[in-house]
Amino acid sequence: MSNTPQASGTPGPRQRTVEACVALFVLALGTITIIGSLQAGIGWGEEGPKSGFFPFWVGLIVVLASVVNFVRAVAISPRRLFAEWSQLAEVRKIVVPMAIYVSAVPWLGIYLSSALLIAGFMRWLGRYGWPLTLCISLSLPVLTYVTFERWFLVPLPKGPIEDWLGL
Amino acid sequence: MEGISDLLHGFSVVLSWTNFFYMLVGIILGVIIGVLPGLGGANGVAILLPLTFSMPPTSAIILLSCIYWGALFGGAITSILFNIPGEPWSVATTFDGHPMAQKGQAGEALTAAFTSSFIGALFAVIVITLAAPLVASFALQFGPAEKFSVFFLAFCSFVGMGKEPPAKTIAAMMLGFALAAVGTDTVTGSLRLTFGSTELLGGFDFLIAVIGLFGIGEILLTMEEGLSFRGKAAAINPTVVWQTWKGLPRYWLTMLRSCLIGCWMGITPAGATPASFMSYGIAKRSSKDGGKFGTGEIEGVIAPETAAHAAGTSALLPMLALGVPGSPTAAVLLGGLLIWGLQPGPLLFVEQKDFVWGLIASMYLGNIVGLAVVLTMVPVFAAILRVPFGIIAPIILVICAIGAYTVHNNSFDVIMMLVFGVVGYFFKKCNYPLAPLVLAIVLGDKAEEAFRQSLLISGGSVSVFWSSGLVGTIMALGLVALFWPAVSNLLGRLFRQRSPA
Repeated sequence: MSNTPQASGTPGPRQRTVEACVALFVLALGTITIIGSLQAGIGWGEEGPKSGFFPFWVGLIVVLASVVNFVRAVAISPRRLFAEWSQLAEVRKIVVPMAIYVSAVPWLGIYLSSALLIAGFMRWLGRYGWPLTLCISLSLPVLTYVTFERWFLVPLPKGPIEDWLGL
Repeated sequence: MEGISDLLHGFSVVLSWTNFFYMLVGIILGVIIGVLPGLGGANGVAILLPLTFSMPPTSAIILLSCIYWGALFGGAITSILFNIPGEPWSVATTFDGHPMAQKGQAGEALTAAFTSSFIGALFAVIVITLAAPLVASFALQFGPAEKFSVFFLAFCSFVGMGKEPPAKTIAAMMLGFALAAVGTDTVTGSLRLTFGSTELLGGFDFLIAVIGLFGIGEILLTMEEGLSFRGKAAAINPTVVWQTWKGLPRYWLTMLRSCLIGCWMGITPAGATPASFMSYGIAKRSSKDGGKFGTGEIEGVIAPETAAHAAGTSALLPMLALGVPGSPTAAVLLGGLLIWGLQPGPLLFVEQKDFVWGLIASMYLGNIVGLAVVLTMVPVFAAILRVPFGIIAPIILVICAIGAYTVHNNSFDVIMMLVFGVVGYFFKKCNYPLAPLVLAIVLGDKAEEAFRQSLLISGGSVSVFWSSGLVGTIMALGLVALFWPAVSNLLGRLFRQRSPA
């Protein structure tokens, strides 16, 4: 990888920064585990060790390991890049539509949201024409409906469209 | 021998048209799953698991285990033709497989990969057939302390044998245990770590974690790397297959060694990925053509593929006999067993003979069917990879979402899947291993139960884990595995002192 820090701005976040943040994130989860365990009780009860006993030690090990990881992360050379901004923009192109998709599923049902997700991807990221886009984005939900609801009798979340169609 | 008659009985259970149909469907689905980015063996099985709840357990496990075999085969196709490892265990296959394809020997490379995978799997199944009854009778003497020591050994092996930094492995693994602890305490039935949230009452399901970490995380990584599939054309015709087969017996020693490495790594849950790397490394060092490795040596394809399949297959032995899975996919299959109401462990061999021996018989048949399917259908599978990412990515995302929803018919799980996906992306980029995280979520409750029961018996004294020869030995093995880098370093130094080179 060729990265020159003195070039105009930084080409992306540093590996060091991201690894330190991940270590702190894990550390925070470990701390939450310890707090929750203390609430549940970590001592010796009537039926042996209390509920919080095992998770307390687990949380403690998570915290200790995260401290090591944090110290190691800070020692990484600042020249190592995590990824370039343009690469992260590619990742965001999936995460943002996915976030909208998962929050839409309870309201619109999985079929309509899936069709919209596939159509959106193909139309704006893949730059495909409408005929192919419509063909694939409509056929997958129909295929899913037949496989899951008819063949395996597994119900999937439905929304206004399915109500209107009377399915 | 009792094993042989049990096995024959197993074949009679499996040999029906329905089961054969499931086997074929499983293999083809598995290869497709193995070929596509973002859908691996573990989350492929996780997504399809809810569909099998209504099937008889034997048919269901045949379908799911065949998906696993198919995914193992599928990884080789992408490695050789596209230089993209479809699965982590086929990374080592790209070293020599792709150069062979560039030299125009794609057919030879694929034939060698499939055949050696088949031999590795077959060897492992034979080991399972012979060892399963022994392990099961041995395991009948297991109490809570012994059970915990097996879990201890399994997790220590991850720390000592993994290629990731130990502190990261420990952090990821313990995070898995913490996630497993959320919700109802299985021993006392009281709630913990939910912080008043109703969504967390049921705890975190490992299937959601698998789909998120392996599926969504993988898609995000693929997106970042901006992969473009530009592969070599592949045509396998009977002449090429026959010519390659004639040359294979020369490498019997490499194959045998790789089989042994694979079985060892699969049974002690290190898994297929380190097995394939280790086998490649040893083959490179011991072969007389070792210097040419990396430029398209057929031996460099045989060694990792044999070991990966031997490991992937033998990972099912500890899962069935002890309830400790040897790989993430085996962990998902274990979850399936629990959902179908089958308790893995030594008693499974006594109480569910049809199921266990049916499964073992299906391993023999599944791998034969798999070899035939992949040898004849390579061009079809390679064509799937040429479907542009802009179409395949949203379809995979939707399949993952549907899979996550059907686990508990809960929309909150779909949101959790995305969270796990983003976490998985960062963990992977920061070199945190995901397999021990997933195994810890699956086994967390059982490990904790065994630990607390042992302490209850001993009245709170930790010495119970050293109280008898059996439990002490397993714990000691665990400690050796935990500090393996230091131990092997020390052994190496002692050895060098004795014979100065």
